[in-house]
Parts: sequence; C-alpha cells; structure tokens
Amino acid sequence: MKILVPIKRVIDSNVKVRVKSDGSGVDLANVKMSMNPFCEIAVEEAVRIKERGEASEVVAVSIGSAKAQDTLRTALAMGADRAILVKTDDTVEPLGVAKVLKAVVENEKPDLVILGKQAIDDDCNQTGQMLAGLLGVPQGTFASKVELDGDTVKVTREVDGGLETVALTKPAVITTDLRLNEPRYASLPNIMKAKKKPVDETTPGDLGVDIAPRLKVLAVAEPKAREAGIKVDDVTALVDKLKNEAGVL
Amino acid sequence: MAVLLLAEHDNKTLAPATAKALTAARAFGGNVDILVAGEGCRAAADEAAKLEGVGKVLLADAPQLAHRLAEDTTATILPLMANYTVLLAPATTMGKNVLPRVAALLDVGQISDVVEVKSPDTFVRPIYAGNALETVQTSDKIVVATVRTTAFAATGEGGSAAIESVTPADEVASSSFVGADITESERPELTAARVVISGGRGMASGENFEKLIAPIADRLGAAIGASRAAVDSGYMPNDYQVGQTGKVVAPELYVAVGISGAIQHLAGMKDSKVIVAINKDAEAPIFQVADYGLVGDLFEVLPELNEELKKAGYGD
Repeated sequence: MKILVPIKRVIDSNVKVRVKSDGSGVDLANVKMSMNPFCEIAVEEAVRIKERGEASEVVAVSIGSAKAQDTLRTALAMGADRAILVKTDDTVEPLGVAKVLKAVVENEKPDLVILGKQAIDDDCNQTGQMLAGLLGVPQGTFASKVELDGDTVKVTREVDGGLETVALTKPAVITTDLRLNEPRYASLPNIMKAKKKPVDETTPGDLGVDIAPRLKVLAVAEPKAREAGIKVDDVTALVDKLKNEAGVL
Repeated sequence: MAVLLLAEHDNKTLAPATAKALTAARAFGGNVDILVAGEGCRAAADEAAKLEGVGKVLLADAPQLAHRLAEDTTATILPLMANYTVLLAPATTMGKNVLPRVAALLDVGQISDVVEVKSPDTFVRPIYAGNALETVQTSDKIVVATVRTTAFAATGEGGSAAIESVTPADEVASSSFVGADITESERPELTAARVVISGGRGMASGENFEKLIAPIADRLGAAIGASRAAVDSGYMPNDYQVGQTGKVVAPELYVAVGISGAIQHLAGMKDSKVIVAINKDAEAPIFQVADYGLVGDLFEVLPELNEELKKAGYGD
C-alpha cells in the first residue's frame, strides 16, 4: 500500500505576523518558515502506518518555490521514502493545489492520501475535500483516529458535537486534526539519511494543470486591536465591574 | 442572483448557525433559498421556513443524508446548483467538510470563513489565525463560501416560506456512517452561548473543570470551553476547544481561566464583547486582550467567584 502525503511550507506557528504597511499582504521577509503543523501530523501518521507494516511506501509532495525542498527534506527525515516537488513561484489557491495533487495521484496511484486539514497561513481548510471531490473518492476530514482494515479505512472525525466515525472504501483522502498523533522530531542520523533520499521535481505546467487564481486580493489589513483593559484587585471588584460597568452580568 | 444556503441542523431542530449564515446570505441582495438535507428532518425545515426573507425551503429527506456525509450531501447539492449562483453554509464542521467538495466539482474556488459581504463578489475573511483580514474578489461564476457565524447577527422569524421536496441523490457506496460520540450537555451550545467560561492547562485536570468551572457556568447559564492545551492533555473533549482550528466564539462575556493566551487561542475568542482573564502569571499574554484581568491562583479565585455570584443572586 502506498500513501501520498501533501505538505505545505508556511510561516512558523510561533511567529507573530505583521501586515505590510501598504496593505498588500503580510510581511514574510526574514521570518522563520516551517512545515505546517497539520502536515507534520499527516507525515507522522503515514510513517506510523508504514512502521506498523500496513504500508510499503510513503511519498511526500509539496507545491511551492525551491525552498519547499527544505520542508520535503523534513518529511524525508521523519520517515517518508521519497518526495516530489511541484515547483512554482506563483500563489496557488486550494483549487489549484487540489488539481495539481489530482495529477500527482493519477501518476502515483496511492491507496491513501493523508494531508493536514488546514494550513495555518490562509486558514482555508479546503484542499483535502477538493481533492477527494475531483478524484471521486471518499473523504475522512478532521481525523483523530485512522484504522485500516483491508479495503476499508475507518476514520474518527472531530466534529462540532464531539466525535463521528465513518468507514471509507480505499482509495480515500484523509485530513488530519490535532489529536491524531504527536509528530516526532527527526533525529540527526535521519536528517543525514534524508539528504540522500530522492526528490523529483516537476511543475504544474508539466502536469498539465492550470493553477490560475480565481481570487484577487484587494487588501490585507490588521484587525481592529482591542483596547487594553484594567486589572482588578479581587473577585468582589470583578463582579462589580462586570455588573455595573460592562453590564454583562 | 439566487442564493442557496445549506442549513445546519440535527434532523430535529435548526442550529442557530443557520439563522446567522442567513444574514450573510441576504447581504447578497438576491433571493435566498435554504436546503435542509437530512433524514426525518421536516421539523428543521419547518423552522427554516419561519425565518424572515427566505424564498423557499428545499427539503431533501433520505436515509443516506441522515449524517450529512460529504459524499452524499455533495451529490444532492450539485444538480440543484443549475438554479443558483451562490452556495453558502455556516463554517461549522459540516459546512467545512461539504462545501469545498462541491466547489471543486463546480470547478470554482471556495471562500472560507467570510466575516463581511462587501458586494456579491467581494468578501472579507480572516487569515493567519485572525491576525490579518483579507478582502478578496472572486472571478468565479458561482460563489461558494462558508460563513463565520460570529460575525453575523441571527435573522429573526417572521416568514412563512413554502417547503418543496427535492430528490436526494442515490447513496454513495464508498462512504458510510459508523457511529458518533456526541457530547451530551444541558448547557448552551458553545458557539451560541451568551457567556463562555474556558479553562486552560492551569486547570490541571478534567475533575477541576467539573468542580470549579461547572458551578459558575451553571449559575451564569454559560457554556464551557477549553484551550488546546487542556484538550490535548485530555481534561476536556475535542468539541470544547476554542481557537484557530477549533471553535470560534464571540459571546457577550468570555472568561479565560488558567489560559496563557497563545495567538491560536486568541483567534477563537478575541471578538467577544467583554473578556475576563484569571491567571496567576501577571505577564500572561491573555491580559493584553482582557477587559478585566485578575492575577491570582484559580484554585482560590474560582470558589470565591462562585460564592460572590451566589451572594449576588445568580442561579438560585
């Protein structure tokens, strides 16, 4: 069984983003970039499935600039077997990403695609669902547990009311939620080994995919900041303020 | 222009998220129909028909729609889209699961978490955990978008739309519902509550939520929430999580207890009207967004707060 893991290079989750003064976007110059946290969980899950002997190969794929190589190397250091970089310097929206991934899936024919539910930069939460739709395969989104059983994969999903379990016939697309696993840190020997693992390069054009954006970003602005509040000395003062000043009790 | 709004419901009742998303739908300026897809969901359709400004309610009632799995729901929506130029759903886990699949099959993009409808093709949405707001204009012929319900007031009742049955698509065999573990609670739903009281890592255990937070929540008719740290530690179930990738809430009063205030948590609650922070660390970032901060040990503060509210006559 083969697992494809699409991953994305994003601003590190600990960086405080700043909006550029001309309102054209956020400032990404000289900020730390990392693998999207949900993608790390996806890589970890695929590698664990392989370590349990339930998969034979884990292939990581990323769509982005040459720097996305670094992110793919991280996936290889975590245990992916090989990687594919679909190189482009253009902004690719989720629909474009899903179309590129569909082309990769048609070449690679994986049994499962496991990817993060959401990237922490654009917060879209779309790519997995779109890919599943384009492929005409079932989807198990927001997964907190994945159990393989022959041709079926059982996915426990984090939904608004609690948890929901669905059974999907492979091939299927799974998107990861936070509680699925705790991703490992790559060890130094594995980082060294990862440098020798193969990374193939292609482009959206080579794959015959149109990634023209459908959205025009007209402006990016900072949200209205909250005004600094006050500290109260004790519970009595707090209840008094909430009742008589804020009027919310 | 014709707008189709996919309703959030549990087959019995319409979720408040639907009436809020309807407000966004009406901002397009065209006719708005509501699709209630489910099994035995006539009562939810009746509620939808009573909302103001609804053209008609489409009722798709079939066993394979009971849990609104993405595959079956998408198959039922797609043929309907011949009659609409806009498809909306509240950004609940259902809406987020279904709409991108529909959008891809219509070969259009999807716009997530709309907080403002500027015009029928231009929207504002949060990015980077709400640290930036982007205004985007779509060139797609059909607009597919999810609505962040905290950004819209609920549309009231006052309508009497007709309910029309639509043919559900055949069951999609590759996906089936196995079971659900839904949290039972007498408390208001987290995203619709007037007051939310949330605990973080500082709570130290799930029992402490029950012992220290629950009595206060019950006095105030509040929903209980949790930070990611509290959910990851197993103190509370996943559906209590407030934050960038959990639930987004904007109650009248949000009380954060033992929560340091990571940007991912702030993303889920910073639009609350009044924020109270209780934390023993005076430097915790949560105080930067709190209207009222109380520096102290939550194990002392919470029992005191419960007593004080009792004295003031809440919940008795």
